[in-house]
Amino acid sequence: MEISSTERDDYLAKARELVQHLEANQYESAGSLIDGLTQLRETTLYQELGKLTRQLHDTLSDFHVDNKLSKLAESEIPDAKERLNHVITLTETAANKTLTVVEETLPRTEELEKKAMDLKAQWDRFRNRDMKVEEFRGLTREIDDFLSWTSVNATAIHQGLSDVMMAQDFQDLTGQIIRRVIKLVQDVEENLVGLIKLAGPQRQHTEVTQTSSDIAAEGPQVPGVKTTTDVVGGQDDVDALLSSLGF
Amino acid sequence: MKILIVDDFSTMRRIIKNLLRDLGFTNTTEADDGNTALPMLKQTKFDFLVTDWNMPGMQGIDLLKAVRADPELASLPVLMVTAEAKRDQIVEAAQAGVSGYIVKPFTAQTLKEKIDKIFERIEGSAG
Repeated sequence: MEISSTERDDYLAKARELVQHLEANQYESAGSLIDGLTQLRETTLYQELGKLTRQLHDTLSDFHVDNKLSKLAESEIPDAKERLNHVITLTETAANKTLTVVEETLPRTEELEKKAMDLKAQWDRFRNRDMKVEEFRGLTREIDDFLSWTSVNATAIHQGLSDVMMAQDFQDLTGQIIRRVIKLVQDVEENLVGLIKLAGPQRQHTEVTQTSSDIAAEGPQVPGVKTTTDVVGGQDDVDALLSSLGF
Repeated sequence: MKILIVDDFSTMRRIIKNLLRDLGFTNTTEADDGNTALPMLKQTKFDFLVTDWNMPGMQGIDLLKAVRADPELASLPVLMVTAEAKRDQIVEAAQAGVSGYIVKPFTAQTLKEKIDKIFERIEGSAG
């Protein structure tokens, strides 16, 4: 414990008196001297405590005055939640737009396949001179129809593919939004680390143990994010696992 | 017509490239930042520049200013295609000499209109 030179002189004087009283068997005086010494000790303790409390108060005020933390908590984190919700909306809209186009376009391509195959069969017969004149008239009409149908539907398919392409613009926008949120998370991380250091610099770094259940939902696997539980690498692994269990 | 497309997101560069191809512009080159684009512009003659604003190295607005400041490049038509939508930013781009400004998300129709408008103005001043 740190003491000033005056405190030291006080202690020494009292200690000497104590020894004198004890040697002279003056136990009451010795007793009150010990009380005096104890009081000195308590005063020193209180002063130390006062100093520490002041230091803590000052550091906490500095932290608050710095404003970073309150700004993070009050506006930037709620902002970040909004942004991420918007990312969900953007990606959902893009996925739905694309699925709609696919749903409309697949039947067109199926019909194209069917019509072309039918027509080809007839055309082959014609080429093999296996067709009567009246049948050929029918064939020319079908070819006409097919060509008209194809112009209309080819345009529709082309437009659909362009729409799908445009729908991918979400990736750029969501990418920019997510980058901003990553920056925010970094800021929060730095500030938290600062807080932890403040709270206990002598603390040992304790291992954060995984307390969640082995079957709790974790969301999609993200490359680069470690999992503590065993995960499969893909559908083939799933099939192999099930098959090894007899399913 | 040689066009340079500048955006740090490759998906966006791809979309713009495809749209330009649909409009008949097949001679396109890509750059992923203002600071890779500028040397390309100085080295090869481009007829049109399409650029994003928000890029990590050199931002689109600074690329625009560098282009306008270089006597060899000053008359290059520059179209900004960006998510940046603040009034002040649009004003700054206009004052820096941008030829057109499109905000994301945009449609193929908008891109066509703005490009047509830019070329009309060029032909108008040349004729």
